[in-house]
Amino acid sequence: MEITTRSLWTLIHGMGFGALYLLAGSGAVIELQSRFRPDSVNSARAHSPFLGRYLASMAALAWLTVLTGTYLIYPWYRTPPPAGTSNLAAYPRAFLLAHPSTSAWHSIGMEWKEHVAWLVPIAITMAAVVAIRHRNQLTRSVSLRFTLQSFVVLSLVAAGIAGFFGAMLDKAAPVGGGVPIQIVKENAK
Amino acid sequence: MSNATNANANSPELVPNGSAAAAVLSAGIGSFSLALINVIADRTAAFKSLLTFSKPVGPLSGVTTVAVVLWIAAWIFLDLLWKRRDLPLAKIGWSAIALFVLSLLLTFPPLVDLF
Repeated sequence: MEITTRSLWTLIHGMGFGALYLLAGSGAVIELQSRFRPDSVNSARAHSPFLGRYLASMAALAWLTVLTGTYLIYPWYRTPPPAGTSNLAAYPRAFLLAHPSTSAWHSIGMEWKEHVAWLVPIAITMAAVVAIRHRNQLTRSVSLRFTLQSFVVLSLVAAGIAGFFGAMLDKAAPVGGGVPIQIVKENAK
Repeated sequence: MSNATNANANSPELVPNGSAAAAVLSAGIGSFSLALINVIADRTAAFKSLLTFSKPVGPLSGVTTVAVVLWIAAWIFLDLLWKRRDLPLAKIGWSAIALFVLSLLLTFPPLVDLF
């Protein structure tokens, strides 16, 4: 059983950072709902620093996801094939664009994913900073709480779009290649 | 969403909400900058080529870098401008949400192609 370095980075980017962000986002929505219920908004829990730290961890995950995606995996995805290459399997972008049945995975899927994903760290970094620096105002202002909750939900929507197309693109034209890493060595029978 | 803030006037922690408002609105501005720069780059070949900060990444490197710089610049500017002021957080919050939703839509390629 082996995996290549490029496949490993794709896994770390998508199933590590990205999927963990989506899971953490669901948790954040529940935490926000529960923490700022009318009966608990003035409780000690509403003033605890946990939310700020949680959102800051989500912001770190969001930045790690977009930075590895943009600067590590995307260049492998968009590498143009040398002239005369007939087998495009190692060139995902060119492979998708070569077939009418798959070209929209690039022209809509990847084109949307690569931009919409960058909205996530902007939204969640703001949410984390507000939860850390303006924790007291958050317990006092209904408007600020609503805005924070909206941005967390919207960041999840954007991350969901990016994650969905990432998964589908990886099925249609996976980024592969690189150095093989042997995970399990099976004895020949 | 209400304009009212459940502020306790005697609270020693009562501080102006301008800094929080600056953080919120700048997130909307940063998101919208990204979407807008992407639309302009898609329509203008020269601008698109100018945004290729990293050759392997292509114009995406410039679109995202410029948007992040504009977001941080807007945040610093608004924070300096508003930190001692109390502002209507409801209006600012809705404006930021509207800008973010517009950005989600404006990054959708079939909509970008309409411009």
